[in-house]
Amino acid sequence: MSAPLLEVEDLHAWYGEAHVLHGMRFAVREGEVVTLLGRNGAGKTTTLKAILGIVPRRTGSIRFRGRELVGLPPHRIARLGIAWCPEERGILASLTVLENLLLPPVVADGGLSLEAIFELFPNLRERLSSQGTKLSGGEQQMLAIARILRTGARLLLLDEPTEGLAPVIVQQIGRTIRRLKEAGFTILLVEQNFRFAARIADRHYIVEHGRVVDEIAAAEIGPGQERLVAYLAV
Amino acid sequence: MTELFGVPAPALFGQLLLGLINGAFYAILSLGLAVIFGLLNIINFTHGAQYMMGAFTAWMLLNWAGLGYWWALLLAPLLVGITGILIERLLLARLAGLDHLYGLLLTFGLALVIQGIFRNEFGSTGLPYAIPPELRGGQNLGFMFLPNYRAWVVVVSLAVCLATWLVIEKTRLGSYLRAATENPTLVQAMGIDVPKMVTLTYGFGVALAAFAGVLAAPIYQVSPLMGADLIIVVFAVVVIGGMGSILGSIVTGFGLGVIEGLTKVFWPQASSTVIFVIMAIVLLLRPAGLFGRAS
Ligand SMILES: Nc1ncnc2c1ncn2[C@@H]1O[C@H](COP(=O)(O)OP(=O)(O)O)[C@@H](O)[C@H]1O
Ligand SMILES: [Mg+2]
Repeated sequence: MSAPLLEVEDLHAWYGEAHVLHGMRFAVREGEVVTLLGRNGAGKTTTLKAILGIVPRRTGSIRFRGRELVGLPPHRIARLGIAWCPEERGILASLTVLENLLLPPVVADGGLSLEAIFELFPNLRERLSSQGTKLSGGEQQMLAIARILRTGARLLLLDEPTEGLAPVIVQQIGRTIRRLKEAGFTILLVEQNFRFAARIADRHYIVEHGRVVDEIAAAEIGPGQERLVAYLAV
Repeated sequence: MTELFGVPAPALFGQLLLGLINGAFYAILSLGLAVIFGLLNIINFTHGAQYMMGAFTAWMLLNWAGLGYWWALLLAPLLVGITGILIERLLLARLAGLDHLYGLLLTFGLALVIQGIFRNEFGSTGLPYAIPPELRGGQNLGFMFLPNYRAWVVVVSLAVCLATWLVIEKTRLGSYLRAATENPTLVQAMGIDVPKMVTLTYGFGVALAAFAGVLAAPIYQVSPLMGADLIIVVFAVVVIGGMGSILGSIVTGFGLGVIEGLTKVFWPQASSTVIFVIMAIVLLLRPAGLFGRAS
């Protein structure tokens, strides 16, 4: 089995005095789709932010292609080929749709062309000169995913891409993630919608109180499903 | 003599021109403040002192190094801009995340220190700076006499303002700047060195102030407090235009200069307060400013 592309060990993170991550530990191999599942406030978003270096304080180890990320400034981490689609989508109101799409700098060869992006998200083509935030919620989510595919980053951190969206759009995003997996992208997906996650991920990590408390492979999703439901039930 | 609205035409156009000149300085200075405020969230009270430093740098280049106006127009913004970069790196960067008040106190204190140093070195009486030979004289337009240097100041200020606006609104670099103004964390997580951008942006805003200072040197005297009075009006312009709005600061700067000039013709007593009266009215009706986005 290949060495993990992303390896997180004993990761702690703080917001001021609040100690939010308590030794997160997980790994993602090249080409996998892996989810972090867990209830609101479990620390999933903070985990992604800690990988990106945008939490106020973090300790532990995050290795990407064997390279230690803890200690690097955020812009250097992104340049290694890690791209983020934030939970709040991060579409900029002062930019047009096209400017939003072209905003993230290309960090490596092999990113999708604009043509390929419009093939995945045909709606965006029509709206290029609109203000970014004039798009519908679903379109904004597509734009937020689309713009990170251009950059050549091979590890995508997607934070609840289906949150608050209509079922057809959720399906479209599911299809997109599957196509990205086929194209060889590695995806770390944060979800609360486990039905959605169950259909597309290879493995699931369950996060509670800033720790990984269980790991469930897609293959055992039958018996595992009950465990999942138990974890996510309020 | 021709009269317009009961005022001799040359007097009217003369004040209009004066208004445009003042407006040009308001526009360049408030543009710099807007760019700085947008990205750094700091109200740069040092701006007037940095404008003054631009004028003094022109004077020093001429009298100590024999470099004339055109060199000064290039070098003074560069040199003063570099001092801005040092100020940002050494001082302002440490205030990131703190309350507005800290930035305000720091930049205000710096302005006092800088003005004090210049007053100590050069005294408070103004030093003359000659109009460059290429721009002496003027044109008789029939209805008024237009001094070449003043026409130049209006045209070049407008050009600099429009170029800055174009870069910010229409280029890739500008889209980074707008994006980082709105969401710096996201932009940094995309791989852009936002702290460096912040430093350079402050340097650029300061360079704009210094550029205005060089333009001003032949019109006003070069003196340590030349920026202190001007900057108060410029802050009113910024409030009226809308804090942080690029286009707003340009349009408001020129517009208020003209309004001020016209007030001098029709109601001279009110000319020094008209901008503040407008500011009060705008604050009452549109607190975010004429071009500001209410947040
Ligand atoms: N900016 C912040 N400042 C302080 N506390 C925060 C901040 N963001 C999140 N938290 C806290 O950190 C914990 C984990 O939050 P988060 O990572 O957003 O959880 P999840 O994404 O799993 O819902 C929560 O208790 C939340 O209240
Ligand atoms: Mg979250």
